[in-house]
Amino acid sequence: MKFDWFVIPFLAGLTFVFGFCCIKFYLWIQRLSRGEKALLKKHFFSPSLWVSIKEIFNESLLHRKIFRTNALLGYMHTSLAFGWFLLIVLGNIEVKFYSHYSVNPPYVPIFLNYFEPNTAPHFFGRGFRFLMDFLLLIILSGVALAYLKRFQPNRFGMRRTMQHQVLDKLAIISLWCIFPARLLAESFSAALYHNGSFLTNTVGKWLSFLPVDNLIYPAWWGYSIVLGIFFFSLPFSRYMHIPTEVLLIILRNAGIRSRYFNHPFQQVDIYACSRCGICIDACQLSTLGYATQPAYYLRSLRYKTQHNELTENCLLCGRCVEACPVGIFSTDIRSHERTLGHEMNSVHYNFSKNIPKQKNVEVLYFAGCMSHLVPGIKKAMTSILNQSGCSWSMLDEQETVCCGRPLLLAGQITAANQVIMHTRSLIERSHARILVTSCPICFKTFKENYRLNANVLHHSQFIKHLQDEQRIVTQRISAHVKYHDPCELGRGMNVYNEPREVLSHIAHLLPTNHEKNKSLCCGGSLGNIFIDVDSKLQIATNTLQQMDIRSADYLITACPLCQKTFSAVSPIPVKDIAQLVADNLLLANAENKNNYAMISENA
Amino acid sequence: MSKIAIIGGGIAGMEAAIRLSALNFEVHLIEKSFILGGHVKNWHMLFPDLSSATQLVEQQKNQLRDSVNILLGIEVIRASYTNNKYTLYFSDGSSNTFDAIILTTGFKLFPAQRKEEYGYSIYSNVITSAELEEYFQTDKPLYTKEHRIAERIAFIHCVGSRDDKVGNRYCSKVCCVTAVKQAMETARRNPGAEIYLFYMDLRMFDRQFEDLYFQAQTQYGIRFIRGRLSEVSEKPDSRLFLKFEDTLLGKPLRLTTDMLVLMVGMEPAENTGQLARLFNVPVGNDKFLLPKNLHQYRNLTNQPGIFLAGCVSGPKTIGETLTDARSAALEVYNYLNRN
Repeated sequence: MKFDWFVIPFLAGLTFVFGFCCIKFYLWIQRLSRGEKALLKKHFFSPSLWVSIKEIFNESLLHRKIFRTNALLGYMHTSLAFGWFLLIVLGNIEVKFYSHYSVNPPYVPIFLNYFEPNTAPHFFGRGFRFLMDFLLLIILSGVALAYLKRFQPNRFGMRRTMQHQVLDKLAIISLWCIFPARLLAESFSAALYHNGSFLTNTVGKWLSFLPVDNLIYPAWWGYSIVLGIFFFSLPFSRYMHIPTEVLLIILRNAGIRSRYFNHPFQQVDIYACSRCGICIDACQLSTLGYATQPAYYLRSLRYKTQHNELTENCLLCGRCVEACPVGIFSTDIRSHERTLGHEMNSVHYNFSKNIPKQKNVEVLYFAGCMSHLVPGIKKAMTSILNQSGCSWSMLDEQETVCCGRPLLLAGQITAANQVIMHTRSLIERSHARILVTSCPICFKTFKENYRLNANVLHHSQFIKHLQDEQRIVTQRISAHVKYHDPCELGRGMNVYNEPREVLSHIAHLLPTNHEKNKSLCCGGSLGNIFIDVDSKLQIATNTLQQMDIRSADYLITACPLCQKTFSAVSPIPVKDIAQLVADNLLLANAENKNNYAMISENA
Repeated sequence: MSKIAIIGGGIAGMEAAIRLSALNFEVHLIEKSFILGGHVKNWHMLFPDLSSATQLVEQQKNQLRDSVNILLGIEVIRASYTNNKYTLYFSDGSSNTFDAIILTTGFKLFPAQRKEEYGYSIYSNVITSAELEEYFQTDKPLYTKEHRIAERIAFIHCVGSRDDKVGNRYCSKVCCVTAVKQAMETARRNPGAEIYLFYMDLRMFDRQFEDLYFQAQTQYGIRFIRGRLSEVSEKPDSRLFLKFEDTLLGKPLRLTTDMLVLMVGMEPAENTGQLARLFNVPVGNDKFLLPKNLHQYRNLTNQPGIFLAGCVSGPKTIGETLTDARSAALEVYNYLNRN
């Protein structure tokens, strides 16, 4: 067996990483519930495993999602990750041709040119050497880009980059040194034995003025030492994301999600964050100078540093989750963490057991607390519902009931459940087939936290149905409008098209720079319980500037909270979609008063 | 003879013009509308003595001497400063040069639509305090839009004042006592009506204000409820359904009323920001103009020859405004005779 003392740093590092990951992964999986373990087991013996393998290949190696952020940034990650991966695979195959042993220690392929310097050109030898040099060149180009990114992040589509801690810096520097060190060692080897290809031979020639005989052994030591440093720092630095992302993808595809604070899946999420900093630009709070983005928040959770502010200073708009190349559900983690402190001083809601009798109607309308603060929406919906000719009633006309989500967002689970139970029984009493709500926050909650018999629709969806079935008729106007996707309706519930279709029936709908899942937050989010009103209005102003709304006559949105927030700062009138529809209603014919089966079936 | 421009023909502008023309300066009073008298000409009676607002404005107009050059329907578009003199360019194309300028552009009323949860311009029986004051010019009792006599009326304090959410953190100073005055007047016109005032704090800071407050409770039976209104909805019969918290009882409560009066606060007049840029005068967080300091130089700015009087530098009562205008006139006199 081939051996030299200089492989020790590498070998020790590799053993350490391998051992660390095995223990860590085991502990995480051990903490999963019995049901979750069963899910995981099932995943391993089902075709869905291929989905995981494909995703691991696409994301852990190719980094496809990063290409969506920026092509150069994507290439940088691909060249390093996929290049290194291929180098290891090819190296192992290459060894098979030279070695007499069927099993080789892991350091042999890494330091092959040291152990087999005089390898006579094998049949595939030249080809292999060429490929290995080519891959090294690709990786080195990635390293060069990584250097460049430190100085000119703009070229990589990043306006702001992450401020790293000491351990991360050590890991980055050792990573940056690995491939130049390999190039040096292999070039010396090529200078002595001519066993390189286009890259190492050329560099070797350039370096032949040096005392190569004396330098080659220290060069191999150097290469092994930087590998060792990298491996030893890996478990404690951002690079732990490399092994953890593989586990994350498998667990996620197995259907496991974080259910409470400190759930093992959440731990995997935290360790899988590469702190690439893509979330920093996606977050609108960065413009106000807050370092509260998932990269910082997850780091703080991982190293258990003080972070109350980070937990609460988040709009929960979901833009970071949308942008994250690893797909970390950081907003879930924040919501779960908020349950900790808040449960203690939770207010408990005792509702009377006597639920007032509701009259039986087809459509039950729930305006929601926020719509009560923007009564124009209530008024608009009232005229639309009256015009549609269906039998309807308003659930929260006088007795304001809450859907429970503000309490959920603040982490007061017990209180939220009491509110939910109460509101649910109110809804069930009416025997309505359709529940329409004006507030996307309520809409999401009714869909996800209530198990209702009624079909829950946001009012934009409901209006779309009314238009399609010509139960309401609207006139066309010559105004130009821009549509703002509310976070909870868009990214939260994937309702993007219905509001756009309703609007294009009435006015000229102009595109904006931030459509659909790329939509910005209005800043008024209930999710942020840290920043003050001024900051929220600052976010609203920035959003309107980026949407370039001055070219439109009206800004249209579909959320009372967005409308209220924007109205405070907008230079043009801000309307809810229901208001635009109600303003342009034409009197419908009276025969429309048939029943509502169509909508209930279609939706 | 030194020439002085006074921008804004409300009571502050008129008062400064009267005082300066008495000192034999050439005074130009510039007003963008076609009538002098600003907001005060629309008011009915003045707190705390219930004297006539019209009379005050008319007296001022009579005192304006012939030497005051009154320019109506004119705005300042551009200004330049050379050799200690300001040249003003007006909207009618003319221009003139002045030795000193007093800014007396005052305030505008908070647009109540911005507090949408109170339903102004959405529900028919929600009116502002300014509209009520104008209505008092008639002798009629208070009717709803459906021509029923209003039997229950609620006044909401601090609409657009001391409210972070609409961006106005300051107190507008005059609305507390105005609400008390208007509630009493309403009680006189609609005998037997139930009148509620919803307040955060009652700031009865000046002479006789507290007496008025006491009289409102004892003589007129007006009910004061400490707590902010949270939301308003309209019933099918156009009556208004209020939800609020009585913070002294610590209970959420509901009330149905016939009418709702919103005590709208003050905001800087429309063109205040533009004037600030024109004359390079700093603006405070509240967007009113900032004097040189808040103690002995309340009428001076950090620009030579630019003076402030009245609500352009923050909410004031009528008494304070008139005193402020006289004080500004004296400062102008000192400035012009400084050598």
